[in-house]
Amino acid sequence: MRRKVFLLFWSSAIGCFSLLPFLWFVLTSLKTPNEITAIPPKIIPSFYLGFYRSALENYGLLRYVGNSLIVAGATTLFTIAIGALAAYALARFRLSWTRFYLMLLLAVSMFPQIAIAGPVWRILNYLNWLNTYHGVIAAYITLSLPMGIWIMTTFFKELPYEVEEAALVDGCTRLQVLWKVVLPLAAPGLFTAAILIFIHAWNEFFFALLILTNPTLQTLPVGIALFPGEYTMPWGEIAAASTMATLPLVFLTLLFQRRIVRGLSAGAVKG
Amino acid sequence: MAGLEVRGLSKSFGVTPILQEISFDVAEGEFCVLLGPSGCGKTTLLRLVAGLEEPSTAAISIGGKRIDQLPPRERDVAFVFQSYALYPHMNVFENLAFSLRLRGFPKEEIQAKVTEAARLLDLEAHLERKPQELSGGQRQRVAPGRAIVRQPKIFLFDEPLSNLDATLRASMRIELARLHRRLHGTILYVTHDQAEAMTLGEKIMVLDEGRLQQMGAPSAIYHKPANTFVARFVGSPQMNFIEGKLDEKGMIFRAGECQIDLSGVLPGHGTEYSGKELTVGIRPEDFHPTGPDGAWVRGEVEIVEDLGSDKFVHIRSGKVKLVARMATDVRLNRGEILCLAAEPNRLHLFYDGKRVNEGL
Repeated sequence: MRRKVFLLFWSSAIGCFSLLPFLWFVLTSLKTPNEITAIPPKIIPSFYLGFYRSALENYGLLRYVGNSLIVAGATTLFTIAIGALAAYALARFRLSWTRFYLMLLLAVSMFPQIAIAGPVWRILNYLNWLNTYHGVIAAYITLSLPMGIWIMTTFFKELPYEVEEAALVDGCTRLQVLWKVVLPLAAPGLFTAAILIFIHAWNEFFFALLILTNPTLQTLPVGIALFPGEYTMPWGEIAAASTMATLPLVFLTLLFQRRIVRGLSAGAVKG
Repeated sequence: MAGLEVRGLSKSFGVTPILQEISFDVAEGEFCVLLGPSGCGKTTLLRLVAGLEEPSTAAISIGGKRIDQLPPRERDVAFVFQSYALYPHMNVFENLAFSLRLRGFPKEEIQAKVTEAARLLDLEAHLERKPQELSGGQRQRVAPGRAIVRQPKIFLFDEPLSNLDATLRASMRIELARLHRRLHGTILYVTHDQAEAMTLGEKIMVLDEGRLQQMGAPSAIYHKPANTFVARFVGSPQMNFIEGKLDEKGMIFRAGECQIDLSGVLPGHGTEYSGKELTVGIRPEDFHPTGPDGAWVRGEVEIVEDLGSDKFVHIRSGKVKLVARMATDVRLNRGEILCLAAEPNRLHLFYDGKRVNEGL
């Protein structure tokens, strides 16, 4: 019993501590302009929705949402499509370098972003892809492929290989095996990888800031970061926009939390 | 339907040889069983024929056509896996229809073939179910069903009954035999279960340590084992082995208290083996009780196993332990002295592990 109380106390304490910033900007977004600057700060807002309207109407939030959807969606699709092929090969073909290659992928995914920012910018500039959707999507795909391949490889490895062999004898080519047997069976794994990649792309700030300087193409994190004008600091709008940008992710995560945990810990036990 | 021809098949994983120089034929419509202990390479042999492994050297032909360089899908063989390997995301109908759909058969024909196979295997009521909703026995029937609909040139079975409990295994064994009689398919069937091999096989190949030990009809394998491995592996309870020496005249075999007159049993009156170490093999059912005069073996009864239909008596004679099958009405007690003999032509004589007498 004491153990339970202890656990409950500390888990809620840690939860509150982690949620505090989130809670604060959700509350801020619902305050009136006067409440925001009030001293001492007012904790309970009066549920004023003006900042939401302002963020949508004056700051073009929907455009940023649209851009984010396009960029994160396309990144997810392409990463899954390319990653599935690579992951299948890594999971199934007996090649001497697969282990090394998987380690390399893991190492690559840990490079600090700032280290590759310069080269990425120069390449995109050379290709004339700066300030384009495909420019930022290409950068995102390369960033998310290592994680995607790693997760999918682990899921593919867990599938019974005999089922694939049965399909080979039944008349499938390797690609047909992948399409008709492996992908349907690995759907939960693909889905997990997709959610993680989507969240990653949706939240990405640094490369988006670097590549997209044209406000009509900017994604949510960059758009919101650029809300402050030269003489204004629209705290209310920033809080409202941040809330709207975060809510879809919160829902996604709550809805699929089991799968996400499984995806993140994939390979921890077996693989 | 077609015959299978394998010549000089060898396979090694790294430096470890798995199969060495295997050659055999399976005639069209023949039920051929590959029998051997686990790890003897029999599954690898099956996978090589299917194209799921690449041979180190081999010539494999089906119906006279070389197939060893073809991918599995072009070999026209069907493989029934030990784990069944059903497609978990498809229902029974789709599992059965999968290969036909891949080959672009028209819908009506697929429907007809699948229905026919389902009727044959008593699966009609389960066509809409997914594999995980089926019992072990039903799953076991879907697996060969998937092979049957295709009418392949060769059926390859990899221990398809080993996951079933004993009762179900026995009834599925009979069903498989029946199925073969109806379909006349060319079958290569792998098992480590000798009862399965004896009931199903028209021809049995015994494999051990990657080498073919003996090939022949079930009765030949049983009654004329080519070496001590086959003799020991086939038959339950195992054949009795007595290791001893032939006298200088090549007539009398002695091992401790055992004494067996081998005159007339060995070729060339035994002169070739006179004074040499021999192994005598006697099946438990070939022993019969006898008086002290004609006894080959005299031993003390250690255990009597009464199985109802059979009575197995374990006796010890010096260092030699033997099992003999007795009629169920024979009364025996522990500690009793039993004298045994057998018909000379029922003996199996081995020199250096290899059979040396004709036998029955």
